[in-house]
Amino acid sequence: MGSTSVNRRDVMKRAAAAGLLAVPAVGALSSCASGGGEENKAEKGEKSKKNPLGVKEDAGLTVYIFNGGYGDKYAQYVTDMYAKKYPKADPEQKPTEKIATQVQPKIVRGKPTADVVNNSGADQMNPGKLVHNKQVADLSEVLDAPSWDDPNVTVRETLVPVVEQMGRFGGKECYQLNIALTVYGNWYSKKLLEDGLDSSYPKTWDEMLAVCKKAKAKGIHGWSYPGGHPRYMFFSMYAMFAQRGGRDVTTAMDYLEPNAWKHEAVKEVFEAWEELVAKKYVLTGFDGTEAHTEMQTAWTKEGKCLFVPNGSWVENEAKDTTPKDFAMTVGATPSLDSGDKMPFGTLYSPAGEPFIVPAKAKNRQGGLEWLRMMYSKEAALNLFKEIGSMPVVKGAIDGQKLPSGTASAQAAIKAAGDNIVIPQFMDWYNELFREDFNNMIHKFMQGQIGPKQAMDTMQKASDRIMKDPDITKVKKA
Amino acid sequence: MPPRFTPERVRYDRRYRTLDKYRFIVGFLAVPLAFYALFVISPFLQAIYYSFTDWSGGPVANFVGFDNYEKMWNDERFWDSLQVSVLLLVIAPVLTLVLGMFFAYMITSGGRHRRGRAIAGVAGSSVYKVVYFFPQVLSVAIIAVVWGRVFNTNSGLINGGLDKVGVDGPAWLGGDETLGLISLLTVISWSFIGFYVVLFSAAMGAIPKDIYEAALLDGAGRARTFFNVTLPLIWDTVRTGWIYMGIQALDTFAICLVMVPPHVLKVTPVFLYERFRDGQYGYATAIGVVLLLLSMVFSLIVMRVGNRDRIEY
Repeated sequence: MGSTSVNRRDVMKRAAAAGLLAVPAVGALSSCASGGGEENKAEKGEKSKKNPLGVKEDAGLTVYIFNGGYGDKYAQYVTDMYAKKYPKADPEQKPTEKIATQVQPKIVRGKPTADVVNNSGADQMNPGKLVHNKQVADLSEVLDAPSWDDPNVTVRETLVPVVEQMGRFGGKECYQLNIALTVYGNWYSKKLLEDGLDSSYPKTWDEMLAVCKKAKAKGIHGWSYPGGHPRYMFFSMYAMFAQRGGRDVTTAMDYLEPNAWKHEAVKEVFEAWEELVAKKYVLTGFDGTEAHTEMQTAWTKEGKCLFVPNGSWVENEAKDTTPKDFAMTVGATPSLDSGDKMPFGTLYSPAGEPFIVPAKAKNRQGGLEWLRMMYSKEAALNLFKEIGSMPVVKGAIDGQKLPSGTASAQAAIKAAGDNIVIPQFMDWYNELFREDFNNMIHKFMQGQIGPKQAMDTMQKASDRIMKDPDITKVKKA
Repeated sequence: MPPRFTPERVRYDRRYRTLDKYRFIVGFLAVPLAFYALFVISPFLQAIYYSFTDWSGGPVANFVGFDNYEKMWNDERFWDSLQVSVLLLVIAPVLTLVLGMFFAYMITSGGRHRRGRAIAGVAGSSVYKVVYFFPQVLSVAIIAVVWGRVFNTNSGLINGGLDKVGVDGPAWLGGDETLGLISLLTVISWSFIGFYVVLFSAAMGAIPKDIYEAALLDGAGRARTFFNVTLPLIWDTVRTGWIYMGIQALDTFAICLVMVPPHVLKVTPVFLYERFRDGQYGYATAIGVVLLLLSMVFSLIVMRVGNRDRIEY
């Protein structure tokens, strides 16, 4: 080796110096790279009367379904329908609890493997962001297409109007289609309330407090709070905001108006709930990710509480623990007093279980066709049989024998008439609900903060989102 | 140029020889260094670049200067999460290292002085050494899920035990921030102690026995032996462990994400993850860059503070 003089220590020193550069931690830093902008060609077939969306018959189809309270059988039914119509397509369905984790990275890279996605659950993708990034397809094509059952009627005409309203993100396009009507409110056992406590459903807050007091005397908590999922409280609270202060209050929340959360009506609703907490009517102690099921078991099986804040999926989710004569029922939120702007019966009832089609989906037409099939009477009826909630397809479940929870939900919708309220900000500014409301209401339900701090926190969060350049705002039309 | 083509006169020049030496070293390290640059350094640099853009996952990323950092400065949620992370950074290493050292000392020199030996571990120490290491073998996700069950308010092991003795257990994970922090600390320490027990046992095992014999002859008790003999002699290992544990504490992502509901408390990496999830990639990378700086500053401080003369033996 002649004149080359290197000793081992020198080599080690250099190697160590290089190693030092790799300060550990921050693993998250190293795992991202933006995707290329290359356009991938969507598979398309010939449009015809039998195939109005122009589906390519042999293009594969991948369906991602959130495997939560509703399971994924109802969707498998539609996927099977698809397989029957396009036997060469060999459609595949993937149930998962982690929608964003499994689907979003591929959408971001511009190479989605999913052709239609049930964007739901705790790990849902932020739909507003997807719309802003043009990563989801405009689904108006589905709404304009002839319906599955009657070629003379468009899909749009078969659906309740709330579906299209909720799929819009400020524009005319419709990016998201929901399939089931959800009724939120106060769920209870009619048997326990009427036979056990000899009471009727409280129509005012004073009656509510009275019922809770009566229940407490019998060793039952009037209310319950799933600590692991504080956001459930919103399901019972939201309609009260609207009921107390009118639609102006909720619209102001949607459009992030200054002082939207500082309205007098909001304060009064918070004060009402504060009393419930202060009087220790609320059953707590459910935490962790399974908090809602723990709460539901305590409610149905153990009879420890009277009311739970919940949505209409609960009948299906809790069916294993519900006694036969439980008589599950949903009630609209009680009025505060005669000063309310909207009548008792005002209902928070959006269309739930959102579906999207990635803009660059390989078989986009197939995804759209899948949704058209989902909105067939046949699939809608199956949806109801499978999960017990009301499909958004008009008249799909007429003449069916309804289980008590669904029957009460349908009655509640009828009673509400036009007084249906929907918090659009949950779709538009997801984090305002999922993070800020969730964090705030947890402290509130523990009695750590009162109405004033609750309102301040929400207003501050709303203002923060208003100012955040990373979040696209929906303008008042 | 390789030596054989180099003119005689240049070949023995000092500067040439230095150059030649580096050429040789680079020749050996070229391939690993290239891989390293490609897969470790370049993503770091990319991430730092992205932290100055408004990238939201789409094909466009506009340069926005320090906007993300400004947003972070004004974001209360960031400071809340950082507070938790820094608390962990301070407390977790102390707790873990002290306990790890204690157990390691017990294993190597905590036992009775048998058959004239200067030091011996407590009875069954070889078994303990293995048992302590168990948590290291488990996946973090499993640890988080299992401990989540243990801390469960209504049906958990801890509150169940407290119930037996007539105490109403608190809501560990669904309650207030302090309890959540205590739970998190417990789990972090539990899962890392085994590693330090093994690390410190090895370091302690390397200390010559005659030093202990001398200490014993001079009449030093166990505590005295530990503080005057063992600790100074394993100080370098302790310092390394300190840095490593600090970085682990700063990076407590999985345990916190899986075990603690985010509305009770979250560490900065979880906050970062949530920003990713909401498609605020530019902002999220900016948070990542701050975490990187923080762990570097922490390492430097510990190296500075812990600098002592090395004792040779």
